[in-house]
Amino acid sequence: MEIPYTVKARPDTGLFNAKVGIWLFLASEVMLFGGLFSSYIFLRVAADDSAWPHGLLNIPIGTFNTAVLITSSVTVVLAWASLKLGNFKKFRMYQSVTILCALGFLGIKSIEYKDKFTHYEIWKTNGERMTGHIEGSPWFWDTETLRQKNMQELTFHPDPKFYFTPKVKHAGGASGEEHGAKHEAVKVPVSQIKRLSAYVPAHSTYFGIYFTLTALHALHVLAGAIVIAALWGPLAKMWRTEPERFTNRIEVSGLFWHFVDLVWIFLFPVLYLL
Amino acid sequence: MDASTHVAHAHPHVHEAHHEPGFLRKYVFSTDHKMIGMQYGFTALLFLAFGFFLMMLMRWQLAYSGQPIPVIGELLHSLLGDGAIGKDPTTGKLGVMSPDLYNAFGAMHGTIMVFLAIVPLAFAAFGNFVVPLQIGAVDMAFPRVNMVSYQCYFIGGVIMFASFFIPGGAARSGWTSYSPLATLAHPEFINGQTFWIIGMVFLITSSLLGAVNFIATIIQLRAPGMTWMRLPFFVWAEFVTAFLLLLAFPPLEAAAVMQLADNLLGTSFFLPSGMVVAGNPAEVSGGGSPLLWQHLFWFLGHPEVYVLILPGMGIVAEIIANNTRKPIWGYKSLVYSVFAIGFLSFIVWAHHMYLTGMGTKISTFFQTTTMIISIPSVIILTCLFISLWGGSIRFNTAMLFSLAFLPMFGIGGLTGLPLGFNFSDLHLHDTYYVIAHFHYVVAPGTIFALFAGIYFWFPKMTGRLMNEFWGKVHFILSLIFMNLVFQPMFAQGFAGMNRRMWDGGATYATADGVVGLPQSIIGMNVGISHAAWALGLAQIPFIINFFYSIWRGKKASDNPWGATTLDWQTPTPPPHGNFDKPIEVHRGPYEYSVPGHAADFTPQNEPEKHKKH
Repeated sequence: MEIPYTVKARPDTGLFNAKVGIWLFLASEVMLFGGLFSSYIFLRVAADDSAWPHGLLNIPIGTFNTAVLITSSVTVVLAWASLKLGNFKKFRMYQSVTILCALGFLGIKSIEYKDKFTHYEIWKTNGERMTGHIEGSPWFWDTETLRQKNMQELTFHPDPKFYFTPKVKHAGGASGEEHGAKHEAVKVPVSQIKRLSAYVPAHSTYFGIYFTLTALHALHVLAGAIVIAALWGPLAKMWRTEPERFTNRIEVSGLFWHFVDLVWIFLFPVLYLL
Repeated sequence: MDASTHVAHAHPHVHEAHHEPGFLRKYVFSTDHKMIGMQYGFTALLFLAFGFFLMMLMRWQLAYSGQPIPVIGELLHSLLGDGAIGKDPTTGKLGVMSPDLYNAFGAMHGTIMVFLAIVPLAFAAFGNFVVPLQIGAVDMAFPRVNMVSYQCYFIGGVIMFASFFIPGGAARSGWTSYSPLATLAHPEFINGQTFWIIGMVFLITSSLLGAVNFIATIIQLRAPGMTWMRLPFFVWAEFVTAFLLLLAFPPLEAAAVMQLADNLLGTSFFLPSGMVVAGNPAEVSGGGSPLLWQHLFWFLGHPEVYVLILPGMGIVAEIIANNTRKPIWGYKSLVYSVFAIGFLSFIVWAHHMYLTGMGTKISTFFQTTTMIISIPSVIILTCLFISLWGGSIRFNTAMLFSLAFLPMFGIGGLTGLPLGFNFSDLHLHDTYYVIAHFHYVVAPGTIFALFAGIYFWFPKMTGRLMNEFWGKVHFILSLIFMNLVFQPMFAQGFAGMNRRMWDGGATYATADGVVGLPQSIIGMNVGISHAAWALGLAQIPFIINFFYSIWRGKKASDNPWGATTLDWQTPTPPPHGNFDKPIEVHRGPYEYSVPGHAADFTPQNEPEKHKKH
């Protein structure tokens, strides 16, 4: 028994089976991310001005990461083209750049995540809000943590610049564009803290959708990197027995990789710039 | 080097499968589309029975609210614990269903029937077995993906089933899992809703892999000569269904991830600001939208309705053509209609949400599209009705179920119109009328089509025929009791009986003539319940017939129904690789009673004779 068109294209469709498969899979992925992007729009449109933060993400780092992914998109095509020309060495060289870019992207993204997990916002009982860092930079504290640790006072380093839209009344020392603002620690009595949250999904719907979208994307980057690495390493021996089939596999994995990059091309402006 | 060499490299056992595969390879980790189809079929039939069983228990609660469940009350108590099954305060007898358990059964009945029974049976089981045969392919395009698809479905099913036995019990926020209820109704951290979401993720993965596989197979693996307009209608139905699954399910996956975050990470995707829970302000950021969940859910939910019905229509079309011994009337209309349905089903979802206050303009839009989508559905049904005209009909069991499908689905479809109109839906929303409506579509509709399909393809699957007499007994009893179950629910719905009341409406009982639920309406619960249990008994002839016939049924020839499509031009049961000779297709799918031919059917692979006139 032999399934036709696994390697050669079917004449009337011009496609081999796996190519049809991956395009269908990507169509479904478009709907998955489409659902989340639609949710982003829905939540943002429904939010009032003060509830939707702006400028909390690091744009230079995001830009750099975008460049990293675009580079990998180029090398993945070059790798495939090298195979088409029969140059396996060049393929390996280009694909190793792709893998390094993928890992680099994930590394940079983890640093961004870490920064968020140690960055806090305090909602005070008198309606003021302040953002900054807790002494010792602990991760993932929330209101419940203060209760459990039975703390009386929180040593807090407010941000020199407060990022929220100016309609909100916020604490002194963290007000808008105030130049040369004090960066020294303040002591906040726990009794005055209504809510404490790091920049984690529970902080706000903004961070909720930010982490959902970027984490799902990061999982896709990771999956793509694993597939590409597997085809670079253990599965590459197929090149010797079935070069055409191997080249097809690189093409299919490359299509997936382009999709992952494309998602980021949408994520970056939506989350960082808008 | 060709493909088979590679397959042999990666899976040495597959190569050996030509000779004598081991038990595991043949029945459990099979990559053969026919075996996977039967795996889907058996598993889905088990879940169908389980979902039916949950319903029978719920019907006890509705008819005899607060009384202990007879016979199995104590068994249920030992399985589910004190929280779920209580004591009758007067007699002290164990077996009284708690409201929470009723809610869990309601939610899981819907989930199991839709996602674990009907879709896998209609789309995956029949699709897997029949589609590659009908298009003349040796297997699916991606056999290993096919196997993984079944395994994901199985794992998802096990997770759903296991959720009954965890602390707090299964999900109990309705099969729609509306937020914020789904986030707040379960006090435990890991709870039935968590299991429901994880289970759904597996089921969604399964149907994604299946859908990719079906579409790729139909596009790529059609036999030479099998042009698009020579495809049997069942293949078209599966093709469109696969697209619905491919594109409608992912947004629900996105929603499931967000609801999981709401439940476990404390986000507020679906939790509004200022929410008060049990008298205290909820400690969440707020800013989310319950409407968002409903939009994402119904974006899947409505195409899902057509996922349930389209394969059934395909099966019925095959059987009607075969048993009227004449071509389907309006084949092209059927094909275009099924495409129109597929497209339109993506833009009707918010007709489930008229009562949410999303706005009259949006309601008007969805009301319009909903009315438009009824047109292709009516075209399909009309074509099938007209196909009967002038046929010399063979009334075997498969045909009887198919014939019953037509009016039953007709009732289901037509009673949907008042729900599609905003103004009448405001009255009928969330009443038993809705239950009656969609059950007419799915139960005597799709399930009858599935029974028809089982009786029809059974000889191809097993090489033996099912018993016709007991098949007819099964049919007549099912038809009667189905109607006795669902017909009174229309009346209950008109009277305003809410669909989710665990006491069967007793809370709202009033004297006749006073606003509220009259006793005559509430009293129908008893009759419905008895009919439901009788319907359960009516399945016994089917179950016995099914298993008896697998081993002892009358031997069937390769083409016992004298059918034209390629699935009947194979050895029986079809071997690995399906066809014993290369297949070439020369004609359309339904060439029955062609003038000038000796036999009253002309198989698709029969070459044209010299055309001399």
